[in-house]
Amino acid sequence: MAPTDTSAPPRVPFWRDPAKRALVFQAAALILVFGIGYFLFVNTQANLARQNIATGFSFLGNEASFEIGESVIPYSAADTYFRALLVGALNTIKVAFIGIVLTTILGTLVGVARLSKNWLLSKLAGGFIETMQNIPVLLQLFFWYAIFYESFPAPRQALHPLPGVFLCNRGLIFGIPLKDPAHGAMFWALVAALILSWFLHRWARLRQARTGQIFPAIRCGLLLCVTLPLLVWWGYGAPTTMDMPVLRGFNFTGGMTVSPEFSALLIGLVLYTSAFVAEIVRAGIQSVGTGQVEAAMAVGLKSGQVLHLVILPQALRVIIPPLTSQMLNLTKNSSLAIAIGFPDFVAVANTTINQTGQAIEGVALIMVVYLFFSLSTSFFMNWYNKKMALVER
Amino acid sequence: MKLSRIMVVVAVLLLMSAGLACAGQDLDAVKKKGYVQVGVNGGVFGFGMPDEKGVWRGLDVDTGRAIAAAVFGDASKIKYTPLTAQQRFTALQSGEIDVLCRNATRTLTRETQLGLNFVTVNYYDGQGFMVPKKLGVKSAKELSGATVCVLPGTTTEQNAADYFRSNKMDWKPVVIEATAELAKTFFAGRCDVLTSDASQLAGARATAPNPKDYVILPEIISKEPLAPAVRHGDDQWRDIVDFTVLAMIQAEEYGITSKNVDEMLKSSDPGVQRFLGVIEGNGKALGLDEKWAYNIIKQVGNYGEVFERNVGKNTSLGIERGLNALWTNGGLMYSPPFK
Repeated sequence: MAPTDTSAPPRVPFWRDPAKRALVFQAAALILVFGIGYFLFVNTQANLARQNIATGFSFLGNEASFEIGESVIPYSAADTYFRALLVGALNTIKVAFIGIVLTTILGTLVGVARLSKNWLLSKLAGGFIETMQNIPVLLQLFFWYAIFYESFPAPRQALHPLPGVFLCNRGLIFGIPLKDPAHGAMFWALVAALILSWFLHRWARLRQARTGQIFPAIRCGLLLCVTLPLLVWWGYGAPTTMDMPVLRGFNFTGGMTVSPEFSALLIGLVLYTSAFVAEIVRAGIQSVGTGQVEAAMAVGLKSGQVLHLVILPQALRVIIPPLTSQMLNLTKNSSLAIAIGFPDFVAVANTTINQTGQAIEGVALIMVVYLFFSLSTSFFMNWYNKKMALVER
Repeated sequence: MKLSRIMVVVAVLLLMSAGLACAGQDLDAVKKKGYVQVGVNGGVFGFGMPDEKGVWRGLDVDTGRAIAAAVFGDASKIKYTPLTAQQRFTALQSGEIDVLCRNATRTLTRETQLGLNFVTVNYYDGQGFMVPKKLGVKSAKELSGATVCVLPGTTTEQNAADYFRSNKMDWKPVVIEATAELAKTFFAGRCDVLTSDASQLAGARATAPNPKDYVILPEIISKEPLAPAVRHGDDQWRDIVDFTVLAMIQAEEYGITSKNVDEMLKSSDPGVQRFLGVIEGNGKALGLDEKWAYNIIKQVGNYGEVFERNVGKNTSLGIERGLNALWTNGGLMYSPPFK
C-alpha cells in the first residue's frame, strides 16, 4: 500500500460516481424526451402544412351550426364551437356526478347486503355483482337504451301514472314549478341551513366530549334543511304555479324531460360500477377485525352504531383508494355515450373534429378535459382520504 | 445495454418520420402493397355494405373496384375499411386508406380545411326527411317540434339545423354514430323523423321491418354531390381516381358495356379506340396500363350498369336515374373528352 492512500481518498472518475452518473443520465433522459417531443411536434406541423390541413384553435370562435339534444345551459346552433364543447363538458359532468353519487350509495348497500346473515339477501347481492361485473358496459348501455325505445309507447299513447307525469319513448316528462324569484331565495336558505347544521354538528360533538351528553345533531340538521327553505317559500307568498307538460303536435312541451339517452347511460354506468364498488365495500368491511366488532358490542353499542362508529371509519381507509379509481372509471366510461346518442363531451368534440377537420386540436381538448376531471376527482378523494386517516389516529 | 436500445428506438422513429415525410407517391405505395385500401360505408344498403355472404356490394364499392381494375387490371385487388361518418376523413388524412369512396359530400370547408381533394361526383344526392305514414305529415314544413334522428359529423346534421332555423321551427336531435343503430332507433319510434341523403333514406327504408309504413317527404333541402376523395399532394393519384369515375360515365355515353366491350375493341370510332387503348396514349399519360379503361368496363361495368345493379329501379331501393342520368338524357353525368 502506498502511503498517499491515507492522506486523501483517490479521485473517483465521474463516470464511476453514482451521484454524478445519475445526474448525467437524468439530463440525457430529459434531453431525449424533449428532443422526441420537439421532433414529433415539428414533424406533425410540417406534415399538416404539406397536406394543407389548417391548424390552431381559432375554430373555437366559429359558429358551430349543429344542434345538441340536451343541454344544461342555453344553446342553439348559432352559438360557437366553444359553447358547444362547454355544453358537452357540462353534460359529462352531470352524468358523472349523479352517477358517482348513485353508484356510491347503491354499491355500499349491495356490499353491506353481501355480508348480511340473511341467506337470500346475501345471494341476491352476490348474483347482482357477478352479473353486472361480467357483462361489458357498452352492451348494458345498448340493453337499457333498447328497453326505453322498444317497450315504452309513443308520446300520444304515453303512460300517465300520476297527474303531470308522463312516461313514453321520449323519456320521463313531469311538471316542475314555474320559474319564480322564491326559488333563488330557497336555494340560499338551503345553503344557510347546511352551514348552520355543520356548526351544530361541531358544537354537539364538542359538548359530547365535554359532558358525555348526546345531542341529535343529524336529525336537527335535516329538520333545519327542510324547514328553512319552506319558511322562505311561505314568506314569498307560497307560489304554487306549475309548468306542466302538454302534448302539442309531435311532443310534450313544458315541464322537464329526462331523456332515454341520459337515463340509459346513467342506469348502465351506475349498475356496472356499483358492482365493483360493492366488492370494494365488502373487502373493506371484512378487513376490520372481528375483535373490533365484539369489543364495540361488549360496551353496549347498537348494531347501527357499531357500523357507523367502529367499522366504517376503519373500513374507509381501505375503501377510499380503490373507490377513487372506480369513480374515475365511471367518468371515463361515460364517453361511451356516443353509442346511444347522449351528447357528452366526446360526442360533441367528435362532431367538432369532423366538421372542422382539427383532429389534433380536438383530441388534445379531449385529453385536457378528461385529465382535468380525473385530477379533480383524485384531488378531492385524496383530501378526503387524508382527513379520514387523521381522524382515525 | 440501455443506451444501444435507446439508439435503436431513435433510429426507428427517424426512419418512420422519413417515411411519413416523403409519402407523396400514392400510386407507387399502392402498387407496392399490391392492393388498393378503400374507405367505404359499412352499413348503407346500395352504396357500401357486405351482403349476407360477406361480399361487399354497392355503388361506392364498385367505384373502389374500378380503381383496382385501372391500377392492377384486377378489380379484386382491393381491401375495404368500413368507416363511420366521424372516422372517414381522419382515416384518409392519416394514410390509413388510399381513397375514400363513402358517400361524402363535397363542400368548400372539406376541400380547403381537411387537406383533401374530391374528384368527379359519382352520385348527385339531396337531403330529405322520412316519417312514419301514420303521423299524417305531408310536408317538411309541418315538422315543428319534432324529434329528429341524424348521424353526427355530417353535412346532414348542419343542413337540418339550418333548415329548422331558417323556417323558425323547433326541433330536437337524437344523434347516434352507427347508421344501423340510428335506423333501428327511428323504426322503434324514438324519433318522429329520420333525416339523411334521400338515397340513404331509401336504403334505410328497404331494411325497415315494414317499409310500406314509411314515407319520404317531397322536400329536398340541400345539394349533396357525393364524390370519392383523396389526400392533397399527389396529383397523379388524384387523376387516376378522377378518370376512373369519368371512364365509367364516358363508357355509358359510348354505349360500351361489360358485355360488348370486347366487340367494341374492333370499333372504327377513333374516340372509342382511344378510350379502350387500341390507340395508345391515355394509359401512359396516367401512368397506367393502356388497357386500364377496358379493364374497368370489362370487370365492373359502365356507370349505368353499376347504377342499375346497386340502386336502380329493379333493386329494393328502386331509385330513378334523375340527376344521375347522362347529360344526353337530361341528367348531370358528363365526362370531359378522353383525348
